[in-house]
Order: sequence, then C-alpha cells, then structure tokens
Amino acid sequence: MMSRALVHVPKTATQGGVIAIKTLISHPMETGYRHGDTGARIPRNIINRFTCTYNGEEVFRADLHPAVAANPYITFHTVATETGVLAFTWVADDGETHTELANITVD
Amino acid sequence: MTSARFYRQRAGLLAAMVLTGIATAVAGEIAPADRKSGYDFMSAQARAMQDDDTANPGMLSVLDGEASWNKKAGAAQKSCADCHGDATTSMQGVAARYPAYDAAHGRPITLPQRINLCRSENQKATPFPAENAEWLALSAFVGQQSRGMPITPPDDSRLAATLEKGRALYFLRQGQLNLSCAQCHDDNWQQKLSGNPIQQGQATGYPVYRLEWQGMGSLERRLRNCMFGVRAEPFAYGSEQHLALALYLRARAAGLKIETPAVRP
Repeated sequence: MMSRALVHVPKTATQGGVIAIKTLISHPMETGYRHGDTGARIPRNIINRFTCTYNGEEVFRADLHPAVAANPYITFHTVATETGVLAFTWVADDGETHTELANITVD
Repeated sequence: MTSARFYRQRAGLLAAMVLTGIATAVAGEIAPADRKSGYDFMSAQARAMQDDDTANPGMLSVLDGEASWNKKAGAAQKSCADCHGDATTSMQGVAARYPAYDAAHGRPITLPQRINLCRSENQKATPFPAENAEWLALSAFVGQQSRGMPITPPDDSRLAATLEKGRALYFLRQGQLNLSCAQCHDDNWQQKLSGNPIQQGQATGYPVYRLEWQGMGSLERRLRNCMFGVRAEPFAYGSEQHLALALYLRARAAGLKIETPAVRP
C-alpha cells in the first residue's frame, strides 16, 4: 500500500546549520476500529514507526498511533553535520517497509 | 457519519434555513468581482498545506497519475503518452475549458469522462468505475497541468441547453430540508454553518484532497455529499444531472484559477 513518498531535504547546507526536512507518504492508516460493508472489522494497518538516519546515525524517530490521519506528513529539523545521505524508513503493521534516500552536500 | 455529527449538521442546516428566511440579500448569482475560491475560506494551516507540494497529499495522487499516463493499458497496449506526448505541454489549459462539447458523441462531457472515453475507445481498456483511485489520479495529473490558469468556459452554443439545465438544478429546492444550492452558496456565503464558513461552492480544484475523506474525491462525490446534507436523493455517478451541474458550476467559476489538486477541509 505504501507506494509513494515525497521527501524534501535541502540539497546544500552550511556546516552546523539547522535544516528543515519534510516527508509525506501515502498510506491508508487503517485504525482497526472501522467495519466494512459486510460488518466485518477491518484489521488495523498503520505505519507504526518512522525513522530518519543521517549517514547511518539515527537523528529522528517517531512512533505513530491509530489517531494519525491517512497519508502522514512528518516534518522536523536536524543539524547539517557532514555531506552524506539521509535515509527515511516507514514501517507498517503488515510488515511492509518503505525507504527513501536523499543526498545533502554540506560545506 | 456519527449520529452526533449528523445532528450537528442537521441543526446547522436548520439554522441555515432560518437565516435564509431573514436574509435581505437579493437572491441571485455572484458577481464576477465577488467570486472567491474555497481556498480563501480555509484556515492558514490548510492553505499552507495546499501551497506546499511536499505537504499537499493530493500530490501523491498526481504522481500516481503521472505513472498511469506513461503506462500502457488495454487491448491496444497504448499509453496516454503514446498519443498525447508530454502532458506538461499537451494537457496545459485543458482543465480550464472543460466540460466541453464532444462532437463524436453529440453531448457535453467532463474532463474525467473524456479520460475514461479515451481509455475505453482508444486504449480498448475497461473503463474506470466511479471514484476509482487511478481515474482520480489521472484526472488530478491532467488537471494539475492547468494549475494557476483562469477558468475559461468555451463559448459554444451547443452547450447552452445543458448549461441552462444545470442552472435550473442549482436553483431547484430539493430534499426534506427543501434547500437549493443557491440558498447556501449564493445567498449566504458570508455566513457560517455549524461554525464553519459557508463557501461559494466554486469548483476550482477537483479532484480535491478532502481532509474529511482522508483521500481524493471527484466533484460528483462532493455534490452527492451536499445532496445528502439537505436530505435529498443524491444523483447517480455519471448522471446527466451531475454533468449539467458541473457545466453550470464551471460557468459560475469563470475567471477563478484552477487549483488542482486542491486541499479542502
């Protein structure tokens, strides 16, 4: 279900500068509290964890819960330390994992 | 819909009926200078969400639509791009002039209907059912190519009869609450309903990402919502009433800018 993600990371930054990171992913975030047309309960399937690593080091992590709306938008800040790769990972209840990478040049 | 919400909505609509009774404004159409998009009635947060392509969830659908545009489909094994090429040039401005008269079928059609006709006749694929995600995505992708362009209904006499029908439907009182579209959206758009601003009902950003739906939806879905609200029997998907209303709404929104994919509360 996690087919599409949008990630915005500045392409360049100055060392020690604070950068804003924005992420958006398509996901139904099914709460597990709803019932389908036949009355059967729709099983819960939400993204339960989001992590961001910067050259392998974890800089941001969030636990998500059923009250989060569909297509979660997560934005946060971090300090630009070195040129490298930011990796974003979303993990859902059904075990599906989506990863996006973004490069940043720090000078 | 929860029962509490239903009663709140009902109370709001009853309040609107009372308002309508005492409104001194002359019933009629909104002058071009007073036309406002639903965007202007939204909170600063919702406007920021629409303005930022990384935050606008409708962009996820646009990206899906772009993938569909380039994907071969149907017995003809043709993609949209095989005939229409690069959508950023070939589809620019198209959404600003639809619904338009289709000479081959002898009737006006909306842009989503145009896409589905192309799919069944040229791609020889099964047409999309109502509110299909890929159909909404293609409509959003094609619509986005006209973002920022003013709505310019074609000056076509063949559209006149359907347009008049749409206008009549817009002013027709319907449902158990006996309300017409115009009573809220023309006469009382400066008022509030259940604490929310009553918008002018300008169809500028369809298909829209509606926060209440937590997903994309077509103008038809939105019209059916309103019909449910006044407790009328909603028109069927693909019905000629929806087409007529879409045509009238387009004429009524002339001059406003296309916002596809818009975000609405």
